[in-house]
Amino acid sequence: MLQCGETLAPLEIAYQTYGTLSPQRDNAIVICHAFTGDQYVASTHPLTGKPGWWSRMVGPGLPIDTNRFFVICTNVLGGCMGTTGPTTLRADTGRPWGKDFPPITMHDIVAAQVKLVDSFKIERLFAVIGGSMGGMQTLTWVADFPERVFAAMPIATSPFQSAQNIAFNEVSRQAIYADPAWHGGDYYAHGVIPARGLAVARMMAHITYLSEDALTRKFGRQIRPGTVPDVENPLGALPFGGMFEVESYLRYQGSNFTKRFDAHSYLTISRAMDFFDLASEHGGELSAAFAGGKTRFCVISFSSDWLFPTSRSRSLVRALNQAGGNVSFVEIESDRGHDAFLLEEPDFDRTIHGFLSGAAQQAGLPGEWL
Amino acid sequence: MRLDEKIIADLIAPGSRVLDIGSGDGSLIGYLSRDKGCQAQGIELDMKAVTHSVAHGLPVMHGDADYDLADYPEGTFDYVVLQRTLQAVEHPRDVLSHMLRIGRYAVVSFPNFGHWRLRWQFLRTGRMPMTSVWPTPWYATANIHPCTIYDFFALCEEDGYEICQWMVVNEKRSSFWGRFSPKLANLLGEQALFLLKKK
Repeated sequence: MLQCGETLAPLEIAYQTYGTLSPQRDNAIVICHAFTGDQYVASTHPLTGKPGWWSRMVGPGLPIDTNRFFVICTNVLGGCMGTTGPTTLRADTGRPWGKDFPPITMHDIVAAQVKLVDSFKIERLFAVIGGSMGGMQTLTWVADFPERVFAAMPIATSPFQSAQNIAFNEVSRQAIYADPAWHGGDYYAHGVIPARGLAVARMMAHITYLSEDALTRKFGRQIRPGTVPDVENPLGALPFGGMFEVESYLRYQGSNFTKRFDAHSYLTISRAMDFFDLASEHGGELSAAFAGGKTRFCVISFSSDWLFPTSRSRSLVRALNQAGGNVSFVEIESDRGHDAFLLEEPDFDRTIHGFLSGAAQQAGLPGEWL
Repeated sequence: MRLDEKIIADLIAPGSRVLDIGSGDGSLIGYLSRDKGCQAQGIELDMKAVTHSVAHGLPVMHGDADYDLADYPEGTFDYVVLQRTLQAVEHPRDVLSHMLRIGRYAVVSFPNFGHWRLRWQFLRTGRMPMTSVWPTPWYATANIHPCTIYDFFALCEEDGYEICQWMVVNEKRSSFWGRFSPKLANLLGEQALFLLKKK
């Protein structure tokens, strides 16, 4: 049953797990993936063949140590990597949902994860962790099921989607609509995908994940030497005067993305983000969403993140303090923008490891922690 | 732990809820949660120290005594600790009042500007004094609100705080003798330590 009133049945949830669930079922961590992420947090992606998106963070002996914790990561509701979404065949028509897939919210996404957690007979998760949109799910978990989350790490995220965030999403959506292959949303029936629109959407969004300094350091004003191979991407003719490295990089990112992501999923999930605003659901008081909760929080932001800037994390921390919560808050110094949470940042790793160890000690998980 | 930190730890009842403002490397809250079963958390301005503390499993948030105390609801803590920082905040009076709003007790330590060495230096040279406790020249010091033990007594009186305990703490030893002679304490004490509650 979705928030909009429609019912999705049957519901399929694609997920990966790592590590072993303890006999007491007290060592489970749910990792929530970001907008265009998936359940392959620490294992090779079946379509791209690339390592998992957080394989440097999750694994044996890593900050989220799968020797000690049982890690669950699901593909979000509305996604396109196996969980029920627009590409799923409808029970009644036998055709994919496509543009008729019902609107979903962050609460629906979390409710689907709860069903999976229930199936493991896990009463209380040791932790819920997520960056970006994964952080929105993390906050929703605690707001909706405070007793079921011992510790929460919302990372590089925000308790609401700002006008600027919505604006960027809208440009992405318009890029998809503008592709002739979109066919008014019926592209499945035409046997095509709006690859060009989806690639442009991704290119634009990708810029918002990086900082100016990161782009300058990585590409500067370099022009690609030699002739540019006729990339099999649908992004059109070579620009006049050769191709800047940054252009080439974005084209590569864009065209790769279309191989693993569906345009309807993009629209569905981006809309779920846009409608995310925890405070407005609690009479305009964000602290009310967390009132009386006992969850230990560790809020983390990155200094050069301008998509979900530190000020947003700070307002979250303020609300948690108003709710009398137990809050750690760190801003990690990094010039790599929003994406820093996916990259090598030693202070970030130490923070995650330390917070989880301290929380494990508090939760009384067996073993030496600190 | 520093001597004054040890004394503060001894003032705090086991199992209490404690907020340490300016928690530094987290040694006090670490000790309180490990050895006294307290629920201790910290606020710290220096991001490196925050990261260090969280990386060692301690609940510490980046924040500022002047701005972040206002958010906590009344009576969130049993003790709110402010070590050697009162003289460096922008609004010492507001900070104190918030401490006693969000906590039942406030533990405050500060360097005593009434110490004889400071008085003597100022009298002799006519310039801003500098000692091991006040080591920074006037143009670079973070200590924008220095006060003496007498000044602190006066503020507690004015704002209606009960002084449950107080003592002077010098680098090597602490003593209670100050209680018998505030005048001597104000002259000979390098640091002062107060345990306050609302009247």
